[in-house]
Amino acid sequence: MNTVIGNPLPRVEDARLLTGQGKYIDDLGTPGNTAQAAIVRSSYPHAYIQSIDITEALSVPGVKGVITGKDVQTYLNPFSVGVSTPVKYYPIAIDKVRYVGEPVAVVIAKNRYIAEDAAELVKVKYETLEPIVDIEKSIEEDAPILHENVGSNIANHRNFHYGNVDQAFNDADRIIKHKFNFPKYTATPIETYGIIAQYESSSDQYTIQANFHGPFIIQSVMAGALKIPSNRLRIIVPKDIGGSYGIKAGTFPYMVLCAVASRIIGCPVKWIEDRQEHLSASSSGTDRVTYIEAAVKEDGKVLGLKMKMIDNVGAYIRAPEPACLYRTHANSTGAYDIPNLMIDGYVVMTNKLPTGLIRGYGGQELYFPLERIMQMIAFDLGLDPAEVIQKNLIKAEQFPYHTASGGIYDSGDYEKAFHLALDTGKYQEFRQKQEEARRKGKIFGVGLACIVEPSGSNMGYITIALTPEERAASLPKSGASEAATISMDPMGSVNVRISTTPSGQGHETVAAQIVSDVLQIPTEQINVVAELDTSTSAWSIASGSYSSRFASLGSSAVYYAAHKVREKILKIAAHHLQVAEDDLTIENASIYSKADPSKKYSVKRAAGSAHWNPMSLPEGMEPGIYETYFYTAKKAEAPDENDLINSSVTYGFVADLVTVEIDPETGEVNILDYITIHDAGKLLNPLIVDGQIFGGLVHGLGGALYEELAYDEKGQFLTGSFMDYLVPTAPEIPNITIKHIESPSPVTPLGAKGLGEGNTMSAPVAIANAVSDALKPYQITIDSLPLSPNKIWNLLSEQKVTNS
Amino acid sequence: MGVHQIRLTINGKTFVEEAEPRMLLSDFIRENCGLTGTHVGCEHGVCGACTVIVNGSAVRSCLMFAVQADGEEIQTVEGLSQNGELTPLQQNFKECHGLQCGFCTPGILMSTSDYLAKNPEPSKKEIKEMLSGHLCRCTGYDGILKAIQKTVEDNKETILIEGS
Repeated sequence: MNTVIGNPLPRVEDARLLTGQGKYIDDLGTPGNTAQAAIVRSSYPHAYIQSIDITEALSVPGVKGVITGKDVQTYLNPFSVGVSTPVKYYPIAIDKVRYVGEPVAVVIAKNRYIAEDAAELVKVKYETLEPIVDIEKSIEEDAPILHENVGSNIANHRNFHYGNVDQAFNDADRIIKHKFNFPKYTATPIETYGIIAQYESSSDQYTIQANFHGPFIIQSVMAGALKIPSNRLRIIVPKDIGGSYGIKAGTFPYMVLCAVASRIIGCPVKWIEDRQEHLSASSSGTDRVTYIEAAVKEDGKVLGLKMKMIDNVGAYIRAPEPACLYRTHANSTGAYDIPNLMIDGYVVMTNKLPTGLIRGYGGQELYFPLERIMQMIAFDLGLDPAEVIQKNLIKAEQFPYHTASGGIYDSGDYEKAFHLALDTGKYQEFRQKQEEARRKGKIFGVGLACIVEPSGSNMGYITIALTPEERAASLPKSGASEAATISMDPMGSVNVRISTTPSGQGHETVAAQIVSDVLQIPTEQINVVAELDTSTSAWSIASGSYSSRFASLGSSAVYYAAHKVREKILKIAAHHLQVAEDDLTIENASIYSKADPSKKYSVKRAAGSAHWNPMSLPEGMEPGIYETYFYTAKKAEAPDENDLINSSVTYGFVADLVTVEIDPETGEVNILDYITIHDAGKLLNPLIVDGQIFGGLVHGLGGALYEELAYDEKGQFLTGSFMDYLVPTAPEIPNITIKHIESPSPVTPLGAKGLGEGNTMSAPVAIANAVSDALKPYQITIDSLPLSPNKIWNLLSEQKVTNS
Repeated sequence: MGVHQIRLTINGKTFVEEAEPRMLLSDFIRENCGLTGTHVGCEHGVCGACTVIVNGSAVRSCLMFAVQADGEEIQTVEGLSQNGELTPLQQNFKECHGLQCGFCTPGILMSTSDYLAKNPEPSKKEIKEMLSGHLCRCTGYDGILKAIQKTVEDNKETILIEGS
């Protein structure tokens, strides 16, 4: 049988999804006594709750109860979070609201229509307070304080020095610096959050079904909040999740809210979030202000970097934040050989929706200033941006490359990939076209971006938020674990159980491909079970779907679990055939001796022996075939006392070249061509790979041009529908060319690295660079997003006024 | 609130169910008729996930009340494939990787089926315009576009072969 890893196999998931047989959270059956929840939310960004009158709501026929913050407080602790600041975050406001959309009451009724009717009758009186939404103003002395017990709006602050930054800045010919604003935007899966929660008093146990996809470290966070032993919180994730791109990692406050509602009301509670709730009150990406300074030589070589980053996590800091600031810590210097680095990192709280994971998490916030400054260096020195990138790229012979902040880039050939981007995009030719176009009054530009795409998070990285002294006083965290279970039934059929909670990435297909290769059975005969149940599945705190960790970690767990099964059936066959185990091999569901192929034993027979005839097994062997493998990547140590941390396991590379034309009349940015070159190591399924890249790129395009969760200066939320929050539709998609090079990872058994987030990180800055390049003759520099026609038109108009 | 008796056919089967006048057709199809293949993504008519075909026209079932569908003929995603065989459009979605999480897919399949029945040879631009009524956050629309284009091409070939 040929190998199937690396083939563009169509997906096993598709048949059910194309015929309406997917099983998403809202499609699952519920007990007959299940009630539905509607959530009353704050319309103010910052206010004390004076009173909540629920009498009228309770009188609506079909209403089973209304609960408020005061009711749930008895059953809950605040959620724990990985910073030492004592922020008290509950899933519902207790006495104060801190963002528009924050839950203040939950109505439980026979059905959702009744619950929503009654929710409108809940009367909340507020005493309004001055809000704060601006990142930098939030840390000024006279800023309104969100959490009085904290005393400031700063949730976390750390300062890092690597190499010799002062020396680098002394040795520099020039210091080039700028301030950049990265906006708050989100992911908007088409399926919103959904939860079915049930409390059983007999066992003091909560069972929650939810389209939550980890990290399952948050299972412990939820159990802690619910004040129960962790094995009394059973979480069941359905096999189909209607997209997430990270955002459903933030489902957990609502899981806890529905769980407590079930306990108080005394029946199972179901809640399906609506779109306005999703946009205003689920979770979002993190907005950031960055002050970046580069110490450069006249030839474009960057000697050192200083970055002051201020992340806005919204009204409450909640897990996994402040991870946006630290997820990319090891790759803070991107694709460049820059040994001297200073980072001054702040995490602040303002009266906006609390943040969490979204695709690219931290990457787009990091690379927007980094890749913008690389272009500005070139412009400042009168060099071509491609030359400056080239001068600073890490060279192929430097791998494995150790970054200033502790990263170990496992493999790559950045120059090769970058040159492929320049050649594919006909960079020099475009420069000539651009000159001609300029003479005709047209505005053309080309943008470049080279980024390192981290995947498979080291669970130790989040502890970099603590000082080495604080870390020394607590228990260390490390590793990047994932588990998989493979069983063979008495008839030789295979079930594979994964804990990577996919939401469209095709994990079932790729897991089947891997098992097919190892056990030499056709993929059609392999059944992959993607549902996760914390009471019965093999899972770790790191389990779940985030940081593109399936290709690096999930696939590795499947691979080694399949090898455990393989070893066992080979042992059984060797025993029966009386040959040495290493003389045996498997082909087409048959085990045979390499020395004497007439000695055969079918895989089915080996499985049958393990189940039906355990007495025939080799001495000491357990009956049955049911193998679990817990994998962890080796290069995932806890941070050391110098704050060095390899925050991810594998590091891919992306080189983008984007060409744009800007309409001088409307300010609209028209993308002419988008070239993206990827190196994600060994590709497991190229069909799925390109699908992931397209999706990630279009999400990045949305971030560059359209998407923003906008608030006015008073903290009022402005983008509560898909009419206001614009996401790319088919006509907006430009010509996209994807090419690959493969530098297999030496740290994963299959050589694979994660992918799918790279262009979400690179596209905002690649497009911003193209627009800046286009507007260079107008002395316009892009330092914020999204690049709406309105913004570009205003910049051009101001310039024309100044020049006239 | 009073209830109305609603009689309609979905995928050729008759359903007689009761619903309040304010019940959305999307909720009626999912909850009363038990056909959960139709998905609800925004409930304000933008995302297109809930699209079904009512009397031969693609309709957003979240923007229509169930009572308005009384006596009508409806098709949903469950009615596309017959006897376990995917339609050519569905098959092409699979081959061209036109879906990932699959949540927006039923609506897109219904819109496209309706559109191609009326416009058998659309240009790429026209297909994109048709797709602009649907939001997909997974695919970047590339696989979807390829799947539809392939279906159009396959149909042309079939017509040529049949005509020769």
